[in-house]
Formats: sequence, C-alpha cells, structure tokens
Amino acid sequence: MAVDLSKVGEIIEKWEGRKDFLIEILQDVQDAYYYLPREVLAEVSKILEIPLNQIYEAATYYKAFSLKPKGRFTVSVCQGTACHVQGADNVLSSFERELGVKLGETDKKLDFTLEAVRCLGCCGLAPVVTVNQDIFAKLEPSQAKKVVEKYRKTPQR
Amino acid sequence: MNAIAIKDLAKIKKKRQAELELGEPGPWRARVIVHLGTCGLSAGAGKVLQAFQELIKGRQDNGIQLRVAGCGGICSREPVVQVELPGALPVMYVEVSAKDAKRIMEDHVLGKKVVTEKLLAADDPFFKRQVFIVLRNRGLIEAENVEDYIAQDGYAALAKVLTSMTPQEVIQTIKASGLRGRGGGGFPAGVKWETCRHAGDERGEERYVICNADEGDPGAFMDRSVIESDPHAVIEGMIIGAYAIGSKQGYVYIRKEYPIALEKLNIALAQAREYGLLGDHILGTEFSFDIEVHRGAGAFVCGESTALMASLEGRAGVPRAKYIHTVEYGLWNKPSCLNNVETWANVPIIINKGVDWFTKIGTGDVSQNPWGGSKGTKVFSLTGKVKNTGLIEVPMGITLREIIFDIGGGIDKGKKFKTVQTGGPSGGFLPARLLDLPVDFDSLSEAGSMMGSGGMIVGDEETCMVDLAKYFISFLLEESCGKCIPCREGLRSMHAVLDRITKGEGRKGDLEALEDLSKVMIQSSLCALGQSAPNPVLTALKYFREEFDEHVDRRKCPAGVCTALYEMSIDPAKCTGCMVCLRNCPAGAISGAKQKPHVLDRTKCIKCNICYTVCKFDAVRKE
Repeated sequence: MAVDLSKVGEIIEKWEGRKDFLIEILQDVQDAYYYLPREVLAEVSKILEIPLNQIYEAATYYKAFSLKPKGRFTVSVCQGTACHVQGADNVLSSFERELGVKLGETDKKLDFTLEAVRCLGCCGLAPVVTVNQDIFAKLEPSQAKKVVEKYRKTPQR
Repeated sequence: MNAIAIKDLAKIKKKRQAELELGEPGPWRARVIVHLGTCGLSAGAGKVLQAFQELIKGRQDNGIQLRVAGCGGICSREPVVQVELPGALPVMYVEVSAKDAKRIMEDHVLGKKVVTEKLLAADDPFFKRQVFIVLRNRGLIEAENVEDYIAQDGYAALAKVLTSMTPQEVIQTIKASGLRGRGGGGFPAGVKWETCRHAGDERGEERYVICNADEGDPGAFMDRSVIESDPHAVIEGMIIGAYAIGSKQGYVYIRKEYPIALEKLNIALAQAREYGLLGDHILGTEFSFDIEVHRGAGAFVCGESTALMASLEGRAGVPRAKYIHTVEYGLWNKPSCLNNVETWANVPIIINKGVDWFTKIGTGDVSQNPWGGSKGTKVFSLTGKVKNTGLIEVPMGITLREIIFDIGGGIDKGKKFKTVQTGGPSGGFLPARLLDLPVDFDSLSEAGSMMGSGGMIVGDEETCMVDLAKYFISFLLEESCGKCIPCREGLRSMHAVLDRITKGEGRKGDLEALEDLSKVMIQSSLCALGQSAPNPVLTALKYFREEFDEHVDRRKCPAGVCTALYEMSIDPAKCTGCMVCLRNCPAGAISGAKQKPHVLDRTKCIKCNICYTVCKFDAVRKE
C-alpha cells in the first residue's frame, strides 16, 4: 500500500526546513503516520538533503520512534523508580495479559501497542499508566482489565 | 499588547495587584484556587475545576474569583484547592472531589465556615520546614498570564540588570551567591558563566545559553513542576544569564514526556515576546536575545550536556569525551552555557534580594571558594513508600530524617524504613543509620551516594535491594549510547549477573565480579552515564550485603519481590473467605467457598501479586 507523502512537505515547512530540527520533524512524522515509514524517511532525506543513513541513525537511536506501525492506542506503563517501587512490574504483566501482547508489541488488529516509558514525572501518584493522552494514576494490577475494556469499546478512527 | 518599557513594569504590577485584590473596594469577596499540575490532573483536578466553574456560573453576584495554579506540592493528596477570604489566611483543602466542591462553595466560600474534614492544617508538617525560593510563586500566579508574574516582581530583576549592572557585575553577583548547578553536578554557576563569557570574548564568537529541561532521572519531576507552574522564572533567569554572557540565542531542551510543561512554556515565551521581554531590544534597551524550544525524543543520555547539544544539532544524541569543555566548545562548537531549570529559576530572586540574603540559607562558606558550601534551597521530588509524596523545597543542610519523617510523614501503611535513594541512576542508596546526614552537595557524596537533581525515593521492608540494583542497571543498559566498551559491555555483564541472582542462580564470586566491573566502568567509561552507573550497585552492596548473600547463598528474597525466590500462600487464620482474591486471580489459582478459608495452588500461581494487593485482611503470605 502506497504511503501518502503529502503531509511530509507540510511538516518540514512547519520546522522551516532546518536540518537541526530533524528530531522535531521525525516526531511530527511519527504522530501523523503512527510510525516512521521508510518512504517518508526517504522523502525527508531528499528534501532536507540529509543522507538516509543519518536519518536512520537518529530514527533508531531515540525511543520515541517506531519503525513498525503502532496501534491507535499506546498503553504506556511508567517504569520510573517511584513506579517500580510501587509495583509497576505487576501492573505491566497485568496489561500484557489483558492485551494479549508482550511489552513493545502491537496487537494484530492494530488497536493497542504496549510500551514502557521511563518517567512521566507523576511520581507522587505511582504507579502511573497513560493511554495516548489520558493519564491513570495509582493504578492497581487488578484495574488493568477495566482500562483496556474502556478503549476496546471506542469505535475505529 | 505592545512591547513595554521598563517603567511599565511597576505600572502593570500595581494594576494587576489591584485587579486581583480581595475585599473592598474591589468586587472580589472570595478567591478559589484549583491546582492543575500534571499530578493534580491525573487525580481528577480537571473535574473539580469544572465543578467550581458550574457553581459560579449560576450565581448573580460574581464576587468569587476562580483561578488555576500549577503544582500544589502535596501530590499524594491531590486534587488540592485553596480558598482565601478577605482578612483571613488562605486555607488548603486536599483530596478534593467534584462533590466536595459544592460543599466547599456553600460552607466556606459563601458561609465563611471552613470544611474541617478536607482541610490541611496550617501547621501541617509537610509544609512547615519548607522554604519557597524556586517555588516562590506557587499558588500566586497563573502560568499563562505574564502579568501575574509581573505582579509578583517578575522581570524586576531583569530591569535592574539592564539598567544598573554590567555583565561583569551580574557574573560576580552569581559567583558570590554560591549558586551551584541544580541538575546534580553542583558546578558553581557564576564560574561557568564567567568561563563561557571569557571563551566567547577571546575568540570573538557568538555564544549560547541552554536550559536542560530533559529531567531524565526516573522518579524526578522538579523541573516539570517549575516549568508548568512558573515558566517565566526560568525565562527571566535565562535572559539575565544571556546578558551576563553576551549571548543572543538561547535554547530550552525539554523532555517530550512533559506535554503540559511544553505547552505552558510556549505560551509564556509567546507572551514574553509580545510584551517585549524577549526578542529584539528587550524592554527598549540595546540587548536582544531569543529562546528556541527543542523536544527530546526519549533518550536518557540526552540529559548529558554533549549528548544534549548533539540532539539540538539534529543528530543522534551520542556523547563525546569532555576533556574539552562544552563551555568553550559546545553547541555548533561555540561557547555554550548549559544550566538546569532550577538553576535558572534561582537567578532572578538572587538578583532581586541579593547575595547576603541568599548566602544566609544553606551550609558552608563560599566567600573564598565557590565550592565551599551549598547555598540556597533544593527542590526534591519525594516519592516511594512515604505517607506524603510530593514536591518539596528545603534549605540545604536539612537532614534526610527530617525530610522523610517530618515532611514525608514517615513510612506509609505501618511499614518500616529501609532505604532512601537519591541522585537517580548516578546516585546511591543509604541505610537507616545514615538518616542524620545533612542533604547538600558534599555530605551524601562522602557516603557514596549524591544529592543529584532532586529525585528522592524511599523504600521499605518490601523493597528488594537486589531488584532495585538490577532495575537501575537495566535502565542504563537500555539507555547507554553503546559507543564505549566499558559502559556498553560493563552494563550488559552487570545485568546478566544481577539477573541470575534475582532468579536464584547466583554463584560464588558474583558479588566480587560486580565490584570488579564497577571499578573498570568508573575509571574508563567515556561519559558520566557509564562512570556513575555502578554507584547504585556499589552502595547497595556496601550497605545491604546480607540481602545479596540471602539471594546468592540461600536463594531467598526476604522482601518478597524476586518471583523465583518466594512462595505465596493464604493464612487460614486470617482469611475471612470474602472471595475477593479468588475473583481477581487471573490464573485461577485460588479456590474456596464463601466464608471458608481459601487455598492457593502454587502450581498455578504466576505471582502476579493481585491477591496480595486486594486482600484487606493481610491474609496473603509471601515467604
């Protein structure tokens, strides 16, 4: 399936076509496409005149970037120290069970991607889980089921 | 709004104070402040705000002033709401729900009677020992309104600097104040500024001012709170620093995981430009300076200065060796002055209130040697197993005991203190017998730990030191840039050893191997990530060696964390047969009838710990 490259020009224009904004550009690409498609990276390389291998160096270096398609909901379980001490590992295994995927994977229907994030800065209310922009604080492992069900019910975009 | 002149600052301050003043002759007879920091929002503060908005909308006489503020400080008891009536001290309510809003409105705001059940006492130990310097504007300003900041003497320091101080005088003031880097390094800010200025002048080159808002230490959120609640404090600090150093361009590198802070920062920058406080001809003077914002993309190592600057240049954030300092050759190879958010936020108040005032707070003597003391306050994010988790600001020199037991309220759920971890992955663990150590740049380092950027995590008897040591190593293993062998392979080997130990496969000589690897990593890693990575492991071994021995020799995890090293069971003497654990067990490992003691089948148990967390009768055992 061909990737729609029309958004790329807009994104690069927003960042004034500056090479030093590459990391920002890639973040906007990730938001628009749910991952970093190769064709898009090739287009970015062409427009910004940065060698493709350098773009891949940045794309594979930072954790925010995914080279594989992500689900419409990203479940991020915080693995910061305060969350760890309050049982984040058990919260994570709970979500692995409910979603039927392992950490870092996306389910077959492209609904959910399960990730770990290192510190959202919400440590006073550990353990913390986010689903896209929604934040769940003081989350117990037994509550994972309810959270997942709430989003499963959301109709497709 | 047009760009303002220096004399307009006093006018705006007076106008804004009058607009907000409670009581006659103004229209306001009560003020309600809802704290909307990230923690507050995740606890439901948004709904509380909505509730107050609805209650006020329906009224005829709108004498009720509803404002929002940033972080409320006492995170474990968010949402936080403050109510102020004319002539009375502000009252703080905690754990406020949307339903409580109605009661607070009717009883207190209108009826002038405090709702005692939701109250936090004025002399509550959480706030008693705190000193708000960096957090000086807490509750007093809305981050999205620059005039609120000006009403609290915001930008007065900048005006003073631009009209009556030379760049050299500013540098000398910051040097004399003893302000040391709050990001963890503790390098005297004034010395850094001076070196940067000098390097730029010598080579006739432009120089840059950078704010490190990456805050990568997991468990730390001081910088997030400062930027969300008072972004102008940081901006003003940077502008003053830029004037001192002779810089025209500044950068803020902010972690992508802080979307609210980023939003507030961008709004503040736009307003500062609108009012002529940033950009060309600041406040009508010859001085021009602007600030650009770059987001991080999830790399802990980008909190390290050389990696951060590589990221600002659009490259992978790989660090380089620092025998050439970034203050001389930094961003784009130009002199660059990088300071932490909290360091910048200290600058305006030091200029306004002076060196004598600042040096009275804290420890030591900086009159001859800028490293001779720890002046001012430090903001900490106090988290983990304490009753009161939150964001606190205390004078340097306060003891760990006072922080954890007075401010923190001691250990939650009746458990016992075991350890306190400071300094993030570069720091270390300290045991109970060192609780009387003062917290400053030097005392904790002597014990093997460090104060760090402000993350302070408390562990209790259910915290496993081996597991936590492994946690930090696995974090750093993922975050290592991979360039140098001591860090990349050292972390991989340390992780393999610790992993075996937590799985009950520890061998004789493992602990010595960890100590050997640590020596190599400290001496030969290219950057501070690798050099400081062994600290948590070394302090854990130093102060909790018996616990490691339990894991290696006796294959037991006393804290009940390492799943291979404990077993679960249900105590029939305590079990009331309520069926809650049974219903919640995802593995079907619990059987039993209503009101009869339940039985746990160890062959089916996956040790998810759900039964342990849901049981209200303390009947689930881990041994």
